[in-house]
Amino acid sequence: MTLDVNANRLQIKAMQLDSLPLRQKMRIISIDWTQISETEGKRLRALGVEIGATVEALHRGILFWRDPLAVRIGRMNIAMRSKTAASIECEADENDG
Amino acid sequence: MTDKSPIIALVGNPNVGKSALFNVLTGARQKIGNYPGVTVERKAGKIMLGNTQAQLLDLPGAYSLDSTSLDEQVTRDVILGRQEGQERPDILAFVADASNLESSLRFALELKALNLPMVLILNMSDLAARDGLELSAQYLSDQLGLDVVETVAVRRRGLDAFTKACASVAERITQSDKNIAIDDNQWRAVLNEEAHLSYRSQSKTLAKGAIISETLTREWTRTLDNILLHPVGGILVLLAIMFLMFQAVYAWSGPPMDLIEGGFEAVGGFVDGAMADGFVKSFLVNGIIAGVGSVLVFLPQILILFFFILLLESTGYMTRAAFVMDRLMSSVGLSGHSFIPLLSSFACAIPGIMATRSISDQKDRLTTILIAPLMTCSARLPVYTMIIGAFIPAQTVGSGVGLQGLVLFGLYIAGILGAMLAALLLRRSVTKGVSSGFLMEMPRYQWPRPRDILIGLWQRAWVFLRRAGTIIFAATVILWLLLTFPKVPIDDPAYEGVSQVDYSIAGRIAGGLEPVVAPIGFNRDIALALIPAMAAREVAVAALATAYAIDGDDEDKVSANLGQKLSGQWSLATALAFLAWFVFAPQCISTIAVTRRETNGWKWPIFMLSYLFALAYVAAAVTYWSAVALGLG
Repeated sequence: MTLDVNANRLQIKAMQLDSLPLRQKMRIISIDWTQISETEGKRLRALGVEIGATVEALHRGILFWRDPLAVRIGRMNIAMRSKTAASIECEADENDG
Repeated sequence: MTDKSPIIALVGNPNVGKSALFNVLTGARQKIGNYPGVTVERKAGKIMLGNTQAQLLDLPGAYSLDSTSLDEQVTRDVILGRQEGQERPDILAFVADASNLESSLRFALELKALNLPMVLILNMSDLAARDGLELSAQYLSDQLGLDVVETVAVRRRGLDAFTKACASVAERITQSDKNIAIDDNQWRAVLNEEAHLSYRSQSKTLAKGAIISETLTREWTRTLDNILLHPVGGILVLLAIMFLMFQAVYAWSGPPMDLIEGGFEAVGGFVDGAMADGFVKSFLVNGIIAGVGSVLVFLPQILILFFFILLLESTGYMTRAAFVMDRLMSSVGLSGHSFIPLLSSFACAIPGIMATRSISDQKDRLTTILIAPLMTCSARLPVYTMIIGAFIPAQTVGSGVGLQGLVLFGLYIAGILGAMLAALLLRRSVTKGVSSGFLMEMPRYQWPRPRDILIGLWQRAWVFLRRAGTIIFAATVILWLLLTFPKVPIDDPAYEGVSQVDYSIAGRIAGGLEPVVAPIGFNRDIALALIPAMAAREVAVAALATAYAIDGDDEDKVSANLGQKLSGQWSLATALAFLAWFVFAPQCISTIAVTRRETNGWKWPIFMLSYLFALAYVAAAVTYWSAVALGLG
């Protein structure tokens, strides 16, 4: 692993966006673009999903499914499927906490 | 500034209030059409910049020039001057959502990099204030070097500032601005990875810097979403809204329908009394008044349905409905994206099919187009309401739930289930492939804007009236001619007892078709109505009205209720089979035409026609024979 500015934060447990507890502000630390189709990747970037963005899981699923997911990103609410959210890794956001 | 009136294009992310702004700026002076070759709606209107007239375009919402859907592609091509049939806009009026500045600015910076004349509009600053956000327009103007205007479209605030800013930009446009040609390399350079990174960091800095104060307020959207996106509550609310919508179509439409019906009866009666018997009188009373009147009477119901759809769209609820439906739709291989076009198809499949252009996945889009005609469009309402009115007693079951409304609800459900089943099968055969998933912005809730809803309703009413005046009118007239000729030779005793309908050309054609439809319980009159109903479904009602008016006794030609006549002549099983047929049958040439245009060829419309007719035939047969077995024949 390369040493970068995030190295000291790695002690904090990183979590996938699809398994975040609801209503907790987190920060995106990595996105696995290989798991996301090109079109969807474009859309995600256009909606402001990028490393460093603050995210908050707001609502999850309908009836007994845990899918899709309503996520607050910046000042915007977006809906995405858990499968996509699973490619997005987050950690606790200390600044805005 | 050159002598030609400048073209101003409203550009921006979806849901930033572009259309609301467009509506208040242009009022009724707007024209809706299509860009040649694509079915993306082209909305244009006229505005005054001081003393000069300008053309205002409302472009489809986009997040970037790097398009992912047909909508975004049109926006990009118009901006770059590459859209056929549209001159490049002289001024870009970029509409930004004041409370979600960062996302808007990313796109604005892309456009700014093209060096085209531009104005920045901070729209919905009232909503931002409600969210506890106060912004500095001056800061943005200084940093970006653009004119920045604050507007609240809903309250007509900032409109003068908008036209003034556009006028001043228009004054400054030079010939060299007009001559700017953007080639492929240039706009791609605007979009390269490095440029994008810089837009992102700039927009973040700008959005932060523009904030004067930010206080935490209790957000309405969050509170409402807790209910409307609740895992159980959300789906109950959606079902309740849809149920209310269909009950309202019946409950609210009574008085205006009586009024229209009464009006046509009065006109028919007047003409009947004022004219001598003969060809012209029969043409007017039986052909035009009975035929067109029987269709126009459904205008109130169609408007009520559109009213609900426009209301759900303008409040921001429609995307929540898509969220709630996504998981269910994904089980048949579709996504929540398809829900909005499908819900629009309840009003009419044509705007529904056109709305599929926002679906970026081509297979998803094709599947949605193919099942859109199964959603119960408003053109089926005349047929459904007439049959239900004639055969289903107007009683209540339970507390206040009308049986007629319940049957109507059932027909809608049948269409939905049919569509789901079709999607499931299509996704496993002809439109096989991996679904692209579900990703959409959910805008904040807003109070519906009465003005926008009224403009929307007026546009729908106009489309319906134009249809009634052209396609439906022509089909009715042709049918009347085919029913009237040749005349039964009255003097010839050999023809005594032969009805005019049987003897006419139309009757003979229907007679030929009867053996085909007899196994599904249809009689000759139905066969007769099905042919002209290909022009538009409502014509089935007009056709039956005309047929029974021609065969009817003289004195009750106009006044007698079509429903009463039908209930006297059809069995309940036949009526139910007729309803089942209309749930599935692709009885609308316009839908086929729009499918051909959207899929660029005849392959898919022909496929659509065949599978829907097959489905309709089977459904009608099953219904008829089940009803007969239950003793309803």
